Amino acid sequence: MTGTLAFLGDFGQAIEFIFKERESVSGGVQIGGIPELAGFAATHMIVSIAALAIAAALAIPLSLWLGHIGRGDFLATATSNVGRAVPSLALLAFFISFIGLGYTNVIAVLVLLAIPPLITNTYVGVRQVDRETVDAARGQGMTGMEIVRRIELPLALPSIFGGLRTSAVNVVATATIAPLANVQTLGEPIITPQTYGFVGQLGAAIVVAVITLTVDFAFARLQRAVTPAGLKLAQPARRRRFSLPTRRRPESA
Amino acid sequence: MNLLPLAQLQIQKPGGADACAASNGFCPDWIAHNIDRYWNPLLEHVYLTVVPVAIGFAISMALAILAHRRRWLTGPILTITGIFFAIPSVAAFFLLQPITGLGYTTAIVALVSYTLLIIFRNITTGLRNVPVETRDAAVGQGLTDRQVLFRVELPMAVPEIMAGLRIATSTTVGLAALAVFAGAGGLGSEILIDKYFKSNVVVAGGLAVLLAAVFDLLILTVQRAITPWQRARG
Repeated sequence: MTGTLAFLGDFGQAIEFIFKERESVSGGVQIGGIPELAGFAATHMIVSIAALAIAAALAIPLSLWLGHIGRGDFLATATSNVGRAVPSLALLAFFISFIGLGYTNVIAVLVLLAIPPLITNTYVGVRQVDRETVDAARGQGMTGMEIVRRIELPLALPSIFGGLRTSAVNVVATATIAPLANVQTLGEPIITPQTYGFVGQLGAAIVVAVITLTVDFAFARLQRAVTPAGLKLAQPARRRRFSLPTRRRPESA
Repeated sequence: MNLLPLAQLQIQKPGGADACAASNGFCPDWIAHNIDRYWNPLLEHVYLTVVPVAIGFAISMALAILAHRRRWLTGPILTITGIFFAIPSVAAFFLLQPITGLGYTTAIVALVSYTLLIIFRNITTGLRNVPVETRDAAVGQGLTDRQVLFRVELPMAVPEIMAGLRIATSTTVGLAALAVFAGAGGLGSEILIDKYFKSNVVVAGGLAVLLAAVFDLLILTVQRAITPWQRARG
């Protein structure tokens, strides 16, 4: 394989690192290859899925309810503003220095990063449900709980899944720096170049990029799949009417 | 290339005398005496935010105007910038290194690629939200396509465009903290120098959050200044 991928330079070496074991830069240890990277990837996915599940369980019901009663405009905007402004690295370092290392802390950091997009998207998703639709449901005798479950939740699903997509991508991306807290995700080769070298860093970066793009694509498909048929039908009706044609140039003499 | 053993550095602290710093605590005294060391990383961080956002804004504006004229381009542009947006910044900093080397160039190219989707999407939305009647009135007064764009559509889209700029800026401040992996310094490198030392983490992380807030306020002020009609209305 060495010969065939040589023309790719560093990238060829990095791809080789992903598929084939080699001796570490400092010597003595075998690094790279599918078994090792699969172990890192498994840890990576476990912390990511755990964090996303916890964040969804906390944020979605709360924001559905806030959206239903129409209170929480401030919360929805404030969380997303604050969430963006706090660097993931700073948050992780804050947990490391004040609380400690390990799985629990890494998952806690990822949960905190995943919550803001979920709150904002769920809240906005519920609020943008046509008030007349809700009134019609109430007129038919639906209770508050039924309105949430059968009207607001289904109509907000595309927005909620948009939030899940953003959070999932953020979480998987940030899990890359988890090895700073001694959790061996795919970032392990990236933060220990003294063992893995640049080729190992690049190989891990390739795997992380591929996984994140896959997650992004999967959630995009999911988002389309959960959009109620009624909403899909409603799309063409929103097409704007045609505007008057304009002249290409100013009138000259 | 990037062989700095990031996880094993530590800030040199005075032995014995300052028990608080020696025990990695949160020490206002230590911070007061050592605040100078954060000045350069802060400036690097400002550079790592302003330059990518400015370049990203220029590219997004060009793309948005192009897509405004050729509507079919909107989809492909969103797909491509969406892919850039989804690639984790830490990964991007390494993927670019074989091409652009270790340092600012790599960091800036990667950070620019994250601003594109955000700013492009907001400019496009802003342009589309201009009421058709307003456009028609401008056309009726004899304005050309170009005049309609620059005198009516873009000014009316300013709030939407500035909102995009604010999101892009605060996102970039956050991602620039990871530019240390591209060898470009910034506040992230200070955090990694001693991630166990509470004072260090609080000051470096706090400065990043503060920087995001200051930029946000700055952009908001500019927006107020260039859209006087918004204030009059409301």
